Amino acid sequence: MAVRQNQANLTAAQKRAFTDAVLELKRSGRYDDFVTTHNAFIMSDVDNGERVGHRSPSFLPWHRRFLLEFEQALQSVDSSVMLPYWDWTRDRTASASLWGADFLGGDGRASDAQVTTGPFAFNSGRWAVNVRVDSRNYLRRQLGGGGRPLPTRAEVDSVLAMPVYDMAPWNSQSNGFRNHLEGWRGVNLHNRVHVWVGGQMGTGVSPNDPVFWLHHCFIDKLWADWQRLHPTSPYLPAAGTPDVVDLRDTMKPWNDITPADLLDHTSRYTYA
Amino acid sequence: MSELTRRSVLRGAVTGVAAAAFTGVALGLPVALAARGTGNDTGNDIDNTAGSVPHTGPEAFDETYRGRRIHGAPRAAGGHHHGGPGYAVFVDGKELHVMQNADSSWISVVNHYETFATPRAAARAAVLELQGAALVPVAV
Repeated sequence: MAVRQNQANLTAAQKRAFTDAVLELKRSGRYDDFVTTHNAFIMSDVDNGERVGHRSPSFLPWHRRFLLEFEQALQSVDSSVMLPYWDWTRDRTASASLWGADFLGGDGRASDAQVTTGPFAFNSGRWAVNVRVDSRNYLRRQLGGGGRPLPTRAEVDSVLAMPVYDMAPWNSQSNGFRNHLEGWRGVNLHNRVHVWVGGQMGTGVSPNDPVFWLHHCFIDKLWADWQRLHPTSPYLPAAGTPDVVDLRDTMKPWNDITPADLLDHTSRYTYA
Repeated sequence: MSELTRRSVLRGAVTGVAAAAFTGVALGLPVALAARGTGNDTGNDIDNTAGSVPHTGPEAFDETYRGRRIHGAPRAAGGHHHGGPGYAVFVDGKELHVMQNADSSWISVVNHYETFATPRAAARAAVLELQGAALVPVAV
């Protein structure tokens, strides 16, 4: 069975297999297609119009599908690779093994935030930032530079306790689990982690930093955890809602999959 | 300087009233703003007025900030594009993609996951994040 693991428990060989597969997608050009797709939705998802990938109920199923597509791309390179997740409630400092030179590389340097260690450092010659919002073509990070610490387990639990998936107006002002997890309201989980990493992770082209996938894998796991805590709470909205993806509406850009198709992840993978 | 505080100190150095403004946020501005935390307080440095004028929108601005020209203004009539804001922001003449949230706060493509009270605050935050780099058109 395909099992997504906590990145802290990966063996050295598993870390190497993951980063090698990511580098191969980068070399072939497929990686940058994911960055472009993500940014296109970042820029077009709006609170008062059509919204699919962000600030809307389908934030969770959209990213679940996005991660599955990326994971399948990795597996086309190395069939043994699964996405790992980053539990940022536990690995909360720049000295965590996640940021080791044998995995994702470390913090950016003081002068220009450039990452200089690990396989994704610009000087490695294998990781240029091509899909970008400014002229800098190197991976950047400022771990913790925003000043606010990563979310705590207690904050996560407070959001997991929310019984209703989402509520009108189905955008960044909504009450409910989805928007508190996404982070536009309340304690702010998902958005805060993007800001904590800094660099490209704070921008619309955030998948340029491979930690994007490990962060969103944990967000995906938290959705599954919430479902287990609230087995009778459905995905909302059910039907007939303007501008957002109802339970059985197809999602762009794939147009062949609905939130209903993605509610049960266990046929595709499980979490350890 | 520790890595933990590098960016906040950089911002704090240019946003002297941030601490006082943050107190105001905690006392009752929209939740999305209150959730920003101490690291995002560049949004509070000047014109924390967006919440009180959601229907008229922010006014134009044009200033030099840390050596970069930033300006913003309502788009000309007909300038709206697929739900985007009727307001455009530029850094040294290059457009900074911005978006207004439902609670009337603002984000930009450079600081997409944190909110700012005004487009000027978003532009100033972008200047800090750019560290002298030029904006480039985003491939879509």
